[in-house]
Amino acid sequence: MLARDDQDSLKQTPLHGLHVSLGGKMVPFAGYDMPVQYPAGVLKEHLHTRNAAGLFDVSHMGQIALRPKSGKVEDAARALERLVPQDIVAIAPGRQRYAQFTNADGGILDDLMVANFGDHLFLVVNAACKAEDEAHLRANLSDDCVIEQLADRALIALQGPKAESALAKLCAEAPAMKFMDSGPHRVADLDCFVSRSGYTGEDGFEISVPAGDAERLAKTLLENPDVMPIGLGARDSLRLEAGLCLYGHDIDIETTPVEAALEWSVQKSRRSGGARAGGFPGAEKILAHFDRGASRRRVGLRTEGRAPVREGALLFADATSGEPIGKVTSGGFGPSLNAPVAMGYVPVASSAIDTKLFAEVRGQRLAVQIAAMPFVKNTYKR
Amino acid sequence: MTTTLYTSDHEWLAIDGDVATVGITDYAQSQLGDVVFVELPKVGRTLKKTEAAAVVESVKAASDVYAPVTGEVLENNAALTAEPALVNSDAQGAAWFFKIKIADKSELGGLMDEAAYKAHTA
Repeated sequence: MLARDDQDSLKQTPLHGLHVSLGGKMVPFAGYDMPVQYPAGVLKEHLHTRNAAGLFDVSHMGQIALRPKSGKVEDAARALERLVPQDIVAIAPGRQRYAQFTNADGGILDDLMVANFGDHLFLVVNAACKAEDEAHLRANLSDDCVIEQLADRALIALQGPKAESALAKLCAEAPAMKFMDSGPHRVADLDCFVSRSGYTGEDGFEISVPAGDAERLAKTLLENPDVMPIGLGARDSLRLEAGLCLYGHDIDIETTPVEAALEWSVQKSRRSGGARAGGFPGAEKILAHFDRGASRRRVGLRTEGRAPVREGALLFADATSGEPIGKVTSGGFGPSLNAPVAMGYVPVASSAIDTKLFAEVRGQRLAVQIAAMPFVKNTYKR
Repeated sequence: MTTTLYTSDHEWLAIDGDVATVGITDYAQSQLGDVVFVELPKVGRTLKKTEAAAVVESVKAASDVYAPVTGEVLENNAALTAEPALVNSDAQGAAWFFKIKIADKSELGGLMDEAAYKAHTA
């Protein structure tokens, strides 16, 4: 249990009162008092998101505006390229891209979304990293950009096959948006930023709303019988089934984007031979991983039995002896698959799909098999 | 005539002579959430009091179930392995975990009755 002082120091999002009134079971997460589940429970919340629509409070995440001092968004994009291995210049107005802040060793400091809002960039970063990310941006980009933490905004994710119809009632432009479109829109007559993206593998939206209006918007969305509030428990099982990384678990300062199987997120223009190759922290190591391969790789894992294999479980090449060859970084039960799912790191030589390995759980070696991710097919509207 | 006692770790024991039927309490299942996997002790295994005897896993996490008394496992509930969600629907009935032959009845002395357990979880 947390000491009283710690509980008192937990921050609350603008939707805290709503979570409590909906019966949310509140737990500390990244310094915030957040709902891990509501009375429906993780299983029902997960399946409802896959079958209808789920509403998630992700207001704990950091929202940052990066405004170019020159007034030209390309200058902010060029500046940000000094900190990430992504092609930011090529993000068209109204579009967003997945990126990582890297460090000098090629490790990942945080993963984030970067949107081009026409005259500035809009960043969404992880809650646990947001103070460090802001300091990192200020230390490196202050000559070119004004960096503004948008602490007065909440963030609501609406995910699932009914997300589009639910949001369309409040934002007529929403159905025309495509996966990774992002920009300012009026939602229920409020000044919001809407992106067609999420962290579940489902079609859906993330809506940045002024903090003071967040509860009213969430309540309006929840009046729709298709929409159910979803806690962090199901958010984790949904993203795991979708094969998406959780920062601090599946990726961190010890993993490069290549080891993390995130090559798709690094555009050719930033790789060796590209127009703007390198020029980001850890470029030497990351480009070497691109050019000559890394020694280990993040893979998906399925189990033969029903026992979940969880974070920290060691992976072995055989059932009996030997040193571990890898480790599980996320694992649990996938409600849509009705089976355990996990991801972890293994040597590249053992990373082929269908490779049989063993995971040690409570002293027993359980048979696991490397499986393609996502485990559940994504339904993005491209 | 059976007596039901409780541990501070949220196991219940229904005692009938020198046999105790053991499960987890309704309070425990409500705290765990949706149960997706149960691992039971083998019949014939001798458990020591407070030893990890079974595992119950929800979507979120794995938890140990401890032996509330020392003794030999006489039976385990195969229905739970097939249908772990029984723990959520009938924790203090159909979802018993195992039956144990109580080696030393004096070990029951430290356990709680229903009123004490209610106060413990209040």
